Amino acid sequence: MKKPIISVKNLVAKYGDKIVLDGISVDIYPQEITVILGGSGCGKTTLIKNILRLFEPYSGSVKIFGKEVTEMDEAEYYEILGKIGMLFQNGALLNSISIFDNISIPLEQHTNLSAQIIEKMIRVKLNLVNLGKSGSLFPAELSGGMKKRAALARAIALDPVILVCDEPSAGLDPLTSASLDDLIKKLKELLKMTMVIVTHELASIHRIADRIIFIDDGKILFTGTLKEAKMSKVNEVETFFRVGKFD
Amino acid sequence: MELKDKTLTLEGELTKFTVTALLQEFSQYKSKVISKIDMKKVTFVDSAGIAFLDEIYLSLERYSPVLINMNNEIDNAFKTFSSLDIEKITIKKTISIFEFIGNGFYNWKNSSKNAIYLLADIFYWSFVGIFNKKGQRKGSIIQQSLLIGVDALGIISLLSFILGLIIALQSAAQLRQFGANIFVADLMAISMVTEMGPMLTAIILAGRSGSSIASEIATMQVTEEIDALKMMAINPIRYVVVPKFHAITICIPLLVTASTVIGIFGGLIVAVTYLDLSAIAYFNRVIEVLILKDVLVGLGKSYFFAWVIVVIGSYYGFNVKGGAEGVGKVTTQSVVTSIFWVIILDAINSLIFYFEV
Repeated sequence: MKKPIISVKNLVAKYGDKIVLDGISVDIYPQEITVILGGSGCGKTTLIKNILRLFEPYSGSVKIFGKEVTEMDEAEYYEILGKIGMLFQNGALLNSISIFDNISIPLEQHTNLSAQIIEKMIRVKLNLVNLGKSGSLFPAELSGGMKKRAALARAIALDPVILVCDEPSAGLDPLTSASLDDLIKKLKELLKMTMVIVTHELASIHRIADRIIFIDDGKILFTGTLKEAKMSKVNEVETFFRVGKFD
Repeated sequence: MELKDKTLTLEGELTKFTVTALLQEFSQYKSKVISKIDMKKVTFVDSAGIAFLDEIYLSLERYSPVLINMNNEIDNAFKTFSSLDIEKITIKKTISIFEFIGNGFYNWKNSSKNAIYLLADIFYWSFVGIFNKKGQRKGSIIQQSLLIGVDALGIISLLSFILGLIIALQSAAQLRQFGANIFVADLMAISMVTEMGPMLTAIILAGRSGSSIASEIATMQVTEEIDALKMMAINPIRYVVVPKFHAITICIPLLVTASTVIGIFGGLIVAVTYLDLSAIAYFNRVIEVLILKDVLVGLGKSYFFAWVIVVIGSYYGFNVKGGAEGVGKVTTQSVVTSIFWVIILDAINSLIFYFEV
């Protein structure tokens, strides 16, 4: 059995008095694509934000690369973040600078690569997300889908060890969504990336998922491989894989 | 890295952590003839590694070097991450001075036209809104009056009091030399009623309410709330701007009056403590020197100031471009433009009454 790259034990997250994640324990394994599934408001985004310490967990343990995230000092935490790329639900591009400059931020801040190398890397990353000609544009000049793709280019700028994507296919047409899935698979194979992906798209799950984590009302209903998920007898999981809807 | 028989052999990992040093090492081979790049000893490449390969390929392009002994993994990475066949990103070209001036004039013409249309819309719907409250949220005028008027009263009062003190204090020393102490009341009455009261109130409102109007509408525009209102067949000017327009129209004379009275009280403190005047003498003189026209001019122009603040705030709000940064930009622009127009209107008003008198 592989050693998990991310390990979450008894994680509790709260918004005020409301418990959003109720003692969740999950393991995410290296070089696998783990899909987090669940209905709206079940705590998927909260889970990944707690893992990355964008929200402070109420209690529990989160280990990344074997280190306890909640106990890290700032320097250690930023070192870990340098190995993780995150694609936010709405892209979260910086509006005041061009797409090219958005992607150059992590490259300039976390490496000492030369300007020529950085320029080539940005060009390639933009081309990978089919935005080869949009580097000089500003986020406000892009459509929703383009923003998301530009944000993905930024997330993979440093070839991160772990890539976390919050609903990467939402708002994309089926063709772009499929090509994005191909890109995700390719990145996993070429750069040996570990991916954590929140998505509801059944077709996308079939294409990319190695492992499934199914959350309902802040609790884990199911964890296992895609094959196991398809054969699961858990009512909600079975319904989702049969009709593509949550109960 | 080793060069032998026109073959450059690379080894180890080509990643973002190693390529900077490799690029420096490579600079000694730049002038040499290299026809092959041997990848046999390379164990791993990431996209920075491929960018490095592209870089050395381009600097050796004249010899058309070929990559040899690439395993499948590296070959796939090369096909995915190589930038050699990707067009360079063209940065927008800078424009000439004539284009710049032309664009500036064209934009000014368009924005003036749009501002006039907006002004007409606001006046029309504000007039209609007096008789027909449909299209406005219930209680919105009261809510806006509290925000624009009541919440601003504290700061306007405090600043007016301090301003009154300063004006009286600055002039007291001069008046005392000529034994003209009582004229501090004339100075305070005329300056606060006709000039400082309306102007100070307008400038504080431009900074406080003008910025809030611009940022609120701009945020609504950016988050598509304005489009949502349109789709519900609700006129956004009527729903968002008219309550603010009515509220500021109600509040401005009250705020100006408060500012004026408190400023005159500020002058009273100096008159009593520094110029040895009695409070009764000071107020008698204030009442004596003021004529109805001064009061009406002061209050009258304050309406124009208030309307300018709402119209400019709304104009910038509706014409926001971009996201969060755009909201910040239009908020600043609306405050600067409002204060500019308040001062211009005040100057026009002063000229009109100067020549009339």
